[in-house]
Amino acid sequence: MEDLTIAETIKGLKAGNFTSREITEQYLARIEKNEDLNAYITVCADVALKMASDADNKLKNGKTGSMLGVPIAIKDLFCTKGIKTTAGSKMLSEFVPEYESTVTHNLIDHGAVFLGKTNMDEFAMGSSNTTSYFGACFLPYRKKTAPEMKLVPGGSSGGSATAVASDLCVAATASDTGGSIRQPASFSGLVGIKPTYGLCSRYGMIAFASSLDQAGSLTKTVLDSAIMLNAMASYDTKDSTSEKVDVPDYRSQLGKSIKGIKIGLPKEYLENLNEDSLRLVNEAKTWLEDAGCELVDVSLKTTSYALPAYYIIAPAEASSNLARYDGVKYSYRSPNYNNLNELYVNSRSEGFGEEVKRRILTGTYVLSAGYYDAYYTKALEIQKMIKADFENNAFSKVDVLLTPTTPSTAFGISEIDNMTPLDMYLNDIFTVTVNIAGLPAMSVPCGLSSKDKLPIGLQLIANRFREEDIFKVAYVMEQSANFSTLKKEILMRQ
Amino acid sequence: MANLINGWEVVIGLEVHAQIATQSKLFSTSPTKFGADPNENVSFYDVAMPGMLPVLNEHAVDQAIKTGFAINGTVNKMSQFDRKNYFYPDLPSGYQISQLFHPIVSNGYIDILDEKGKNKRINIERIHIEQDAGKSIHDLDKEHSYIDLNRAGIPLMEIVSKPDIRSSYEAMQYLKKLRMILRYVGSCNCNMEQGNLRADANVSIHRPDTPFGNRAEIKNINSIKFLGDAIDYEVQRQIYELESGRTVSQETRLFDAHTGQTRTMRSKEDAADYRYFPDPDLKPLILTSERISKIKSELPELPDTKKSRFIEKYHLTPTDASILVEDRNTADDYEKAVQASKFPDKSSKLIANWLIGEVFAILNKENKEIANLAFPIEYIAELVDLIADQTISGKIAKTVFAKMNETGKHPREIVNEENLAQIVDRNIIAEATQRVLDNNFEQFNQYKSGKKQLFGFFVGQTMKELHGKGNPDIIHSVLTELLNK
Repeated sequence: MEDLTIAETIKGLKAGNFTSREITEQYLARIEKNEDLNAYITVCADVALKMASDADNKLKNGKTGSMLGVPIAIKDLFCTKGIKTTAGSKMLSEFVPEYESTVTHNLIDHGAVFLGKTNMDEFAMGSSNTTSYFGACFLPYRKKTAPEMKLVPGGSSGGSATAVASDLCVAATASDTGGSIRQPASFSGLVGIKPTYGLCSRYGMIAFASSLDQAGSLTKTVLDSAIMLNAMASYDTKDSTSEKVDVPDYRSQLGKSIKGIKIGLPKEYLENLNEDSLRLVNEAKTWLEDAGCELVDVSLKTTSYALPAYYIIAPAEASSNLARYDGVKYSYRSPNYNNLNELYVNSRSEGFGEEVKRRILTGTYVLSAGYYDAYYTKALEIQKMIKADFENNAFSKVDVLLTPTTPSTAFGISEIDNMTPLDMYLNDIFTVTVNIAGLPAMSVPCGLSSKDKLPIGLQLIANRFREEDIFKVAYVMEQSANFSTLKKEILMRQ
Repeated sequence: MANLINGWEVVIGLEVHAQIATQSKLFSTSPTKFGADPNENVSFYDVAMPGMLPVLNEHAVDQAIKTGFAINGTVNKMSQFDRKNYFYPDLPSGYQISQLFHPIVSNGYIDILDEKGKNKRINIERIHIEQDAGKSIHDLDKEHSYIDLNRAGIPLMEIVSKPDIRSSYEAMQYLKKLRMILRYVGSCNCNMEQGNLRADANVSIHRPDTPFGNRAEIKNINSIKFLGDAIDYEVQRQIYELESGRTVSQETRLFDAHTGQTRTMRSKEDAADYRYFPDPDLKPLILTSERISKIKSELPELPDTKKSRFIEKYHLTPTDASILVEDRNTADDYEKAVQASKFPDKSSKLIANWLIGEVFAILNKENKEIANLAFPIEYIAELVDLIADQTISGKIAKTVFAKMNETGKHPREIVNEENLAQIVDRNIIAEATQRVLDNNFEQFNQYKSGKKQLFGFFVGQTMKELHGKGNPDIIHSVLTELLNK
């Protein structure tokens, strides 16, 4: 029962090989045993066991559900009714919502069992999970060349990545504002999808940057990714940015021929790659060509403007979204104040971590009188240009783009000390364009680095609401890469 | 040059905050009902719980569109919501959702009558939709302040005039007219005591033909009288400052209704930087032509048009027409009554007189709305018709009206029951007149010898003999005949 996928779990439950309660208990035990990884902020054992028993009863009565009885983890950014939801922040360290996010609500409707809430960078701001108020979390993997070094799973969905990679759940929800699903997926050897903006409801998802935030998942396989996304996505009248589209059955795309599909290779993403990334991109090109795809060189000249634009738009929205954490209501309140101004200043100074404060300050600055046009207006213009660039120079010619997901493999926690905030922001260089343009993208594990034997993912990007194309192509890459076999070469921690 | 005070011209612009009449708040389903317990009308969204999102109340949008047409404005097919960021405990999200960059309505106007009764056009720059904030209560406890979020998220229209107003009188006329229009289209209840309608006044003075002076913004004025008082005080203050060789600083001021004075709230230097930017939780508000034209076609007749029509169709004086159109229900009731009359052409003016005179008197006395009259408004037409067909005299009509108001009964029923019908039978009147002459031969002789003023005495006595119901014209004619025989 090790290393179950969603598909295998469903099969096993149906066949009566195990009950949901049995595997839920095993996961809970494994979570306890692996506490040092710090994957979870909150484990809701009682809730999990109750949900599992309910699922078993339903299974007994012949009821079905695409996730019925499957134990999963929820990123601590999704509000879960009656279960503490912290967004990785001291600000919300005691916050228990009285409402359910639409995404978790949908998962409950599909029969999923919630094991707990996973660790994350504070308010989803970070690329290493080290900005979490609840501490860093760690991959179960080690570098072959430096086996003593603890590795970060990436971020901000680091806890979800760690939990799935360490087999502390079958799959997990995640969220992606600039790469927070895809970068951890690449570091952890997982499939991570960031759907089109508007496919999954943001209702009950704690906001970082509203125009960029999108829910998605981290799973072990492309099939699981399809199952999860079908369970999570829905048009929601409670989210005004939710799009009214028919959600197709993504599973039906897997195994379909991809002959004739045009794969774009954007020049700007493929320059100056490290050896491992270059090798894998070339391998992937062969796999896709063998499957009958047509490879097309394309150029997206706006690419280099995406990161600066992102680090204006996202902090601007965050500075406003996080104003509600003021110590007046449900959030952390400093005990040290004599008047209203001190209540605000001290609660926010003590309640937010360094990275969050840095972004609030950046965001406040770029929206200030006299700077708005120089920064925010320009960033929105760049956003328009990037969207047009994808439309005119990519998706008018090709169906899917193939790029690296990250510039590097997982790095060690001790290596972060030598990184400036800007170095950290560069982790998002291949992923932010997608958020800026509201497109869907997936990171698919395709191989290992040659020396360290750490996972490397490649990114597939499609046009808006063309997730089907991504799933089709990703499935072929997954089959060709044979990552489940490769994975055995990764050095595990002792 | 009109309205100069000591040679200074007064320049005023008004920003009016009107609560949009809706059942629920602008972005949540919480009710807007007035008078609820503190924090009763509050949802997770209103408290700005993490992950809660705004969903626009489309009815509030329709109301704003309606208002836009009512003030002769352009309804913009694309408008957008922006966040105005500032920290205050009664603003739970830390930002107010408003429309800065792209308001829903631009470039309207309304016409008012100035001090001389002349028509004056006040241009309106824009109407935008925004949320109200909650209320901080500081006087319940020495150590604590309390927050009531019932008003947080209530939909408002901010109606911004151009600086076209030149006196406190014009400002009050403008606000009155605006209130009338909002009530006509039903987009605001305009109950000023409940805070439905509040005004900020931008006031400055300057010498004619020189640039505008620095303006002071007087915030949150909640009655028409206070608006006049606040402006009058502020103008005098500014004149005194300038004539004493000082300057007027650009600042925000508060009006104190107890002292009748304005005082500094915050200076320009302390003005907050609100860091407005488009709200990423809401898409731009795109209005279809169908939606806009449907609302336009459903617009009621507005007071100015109605007034002209009343003058034309019902031959009313401009003053009477103005009074009748002030309230849409009154105007509707007036027309209903005219239509119920058998002789509408003859009765229209009389019915107006009855409404403005007798009916308004009882509404005032009994402090009620026209809708709550004891009798259907059509009865006024019946009453006027009873006079017209000579069933009763104008004097008896007042008795019938009083009874009608007391009992709600039909005027004809009252006339029959109380036997109030006028005596028009010439023989009966002649008999009564003869009796009067027989009983007053002394006066008869005096009349005959030249004391002609006794004619009135005989009329009175005859009327008395007929218990007040004799037709005065016939009495007159019979008496003339008998006395001059």
